[in-house]
Amino acid sequence: MIKSIKRKVQQNRFLFEELVKRDFTKKYKRTVLGMLWSILGPLMTLGVMALVFKQFFGRNMEHYVIYVFCGNLLFSYFKEATNGGMTALQANAKIFSKVNVPKYMFVLSKSVSSTINFLINLCVLFIFCLFDKVAFTWKFIMLLYPICCLVIFNLGMGLILSALYMMFKDLKYLYDVFTMLLMYVSAIFYSIDTYAMNIQRLFYLNPIYVYIRYFRKIILEGTIPQFSFHLLAFGYAAAALVVGMVIYKKQNYKFLYYM
Amino acid sequence: MESIIEVKNVSVKYITGDLRNIGFKEFVMKKLTRKYHVEEFYAVNDVSFTVEKGDMLGIIGTNGAGKSTLLKVVTQIMKPSKGSVKVNGKIAALLELASGFDGELNLKENAYLRGAMLGYTREFMDKKYPEILEFSELKEFEQRPFKQLSSGMKSRIAFAIASMLEPEILILDEVLSVGDGAFRKKSEEKMREIIKNGKATILVSHSLDQVRRMCNKVLWLDHGKQVAFGETAPLCDAYAEFLQTKKLPEFH
Repeated sequence: MIKSIKRKVQQNRFLFEELVKRDFTKKYKRTVLGMLWSILGPLMTLGVMALVFKQFFGRNMEHYVIYVFCGNLLFSYFKEATNGGMTALQANAKIFSKVNVPKYMFVLSKSVSSTINFLINLCVLFIFCLFDKVAFTWKFIMLLYPICCLVIFNLGMGLILSALYMMFKDLKYLYDVFTMLLMYVSAIFYSIDTYAMNIQRLFYLNPIYVYIRYFRKIILEGTIPQFSFHLLAFGYAAAALVVGMVIYKKQNYKFLYYM
Repeated sequence: MESIIEVKNVSVKYITGDLRNIGFKEFVMKKLTRKYHVEEFYAVNDVSFTVEKGDMLGIIGTNGAGKSTLLKVVTQIMKPSKGSVKVNGKIAALLELASGFDGELNLKENAYLRGAMLGYTREFMDKKYPEILEFSELKEFEQRPFKQLSSGMKSRIAFAIASMLEPEILILDEVLSVGDGAFRKKSEEKMREIIKNGKATILVSHSLDQVRRMCNKVLWLDHGKQVAFGETAPLCDAYAEFLQTKKLPEFH
């Protein structure tokens, strides 16, 4: 199935590129400030979080700002990508009601722009690490693994959400509440060390936490997680993508009825 | 005769009032108050026709007759709930030209996006873009955001892009010509040229005059149902009478 998608994407490459270009133009409104804003926004959130929570959670923690940064970076990416993905199909309803194009293309192109945004912010994280004198090791290369998993996970979630959103227009409000709750259980600004062991384990039910934890292990602790951890990270991503693709395969022609 | 399009007993069913239509909150409320019920309606109901090589089929009917839905089925954007559609050739549809553009993008970006949607390649667009700009006579507006263009201008550029197509089967939804006086003439000429080069054409039109002049077959729809399919002249006469009396004739 991935192969057939790849072939179709190649066939539709021109459309894909134009869609990505459109998303970018619209997002940054052709201004340098627009580009800058996508870095400044997360940085300000980070600043506030670090300032407010340092007293509560960060007193005994080294590199607390980096700790929060990792959490915030991955979580914002998840939030932005899935929110964008959710509306991607609906926003292009006018296009696919007139031309027969593969509909996952809209979700895919949207995910490109949020991923690039994420990568820019990732660079900012590395600059912060530099200033905070975090030891850079070869293990940093392993960050590619959770990044790839998260990209796939977000894409899968985007597919699922966009399909649901076509059918349930009030999903947006429910999802906003859901992401807010998810943020609090993603241990972005606190550490879960003080919880009992069985509660700590519950955190691994949250895919976002798994990816955040991976990042922190590499950057702050300088260790590569166990193999089972890798499986878990991949499992979440694969599950989301497979479910998303199955929905699209089945619903491809039905979306039109829900407009 | 070689049949180009074969539509057999096609129905398209919409469901209204169900969960996806009313949303979670309404759904829960209606379930609780026992007011929840689902309605089905057929936008297209058991329609059959064939288009042969060289044909020009006109589809007539009042608003809401299911013409546009039927075209979506023929172009295979939509799968019918029942029945089958067979199409033999490269198909291109010009449906609601002016919508689907992005107001934030400028004319060139929109042109490329539309070209990509219609299945052109980038090379083709690079080559044809000057021609498109020339044809639409909008060169001075090239860098303007689309939302600042008038609707006439939008349909002009849309027409110019679409007319670069070289389809075998052309489907037209009220877009034989666009724009004002001079441009109208130019676009109609261009359209005639495309029709001449193609194998077959389907035209949806509210202008009975146009249908009489151009089509050799007519399909008449009313509220999704097929009233008649056949020769142009008698059907157009009957339709004209129907518009006066509002009474559907009986065909056997």
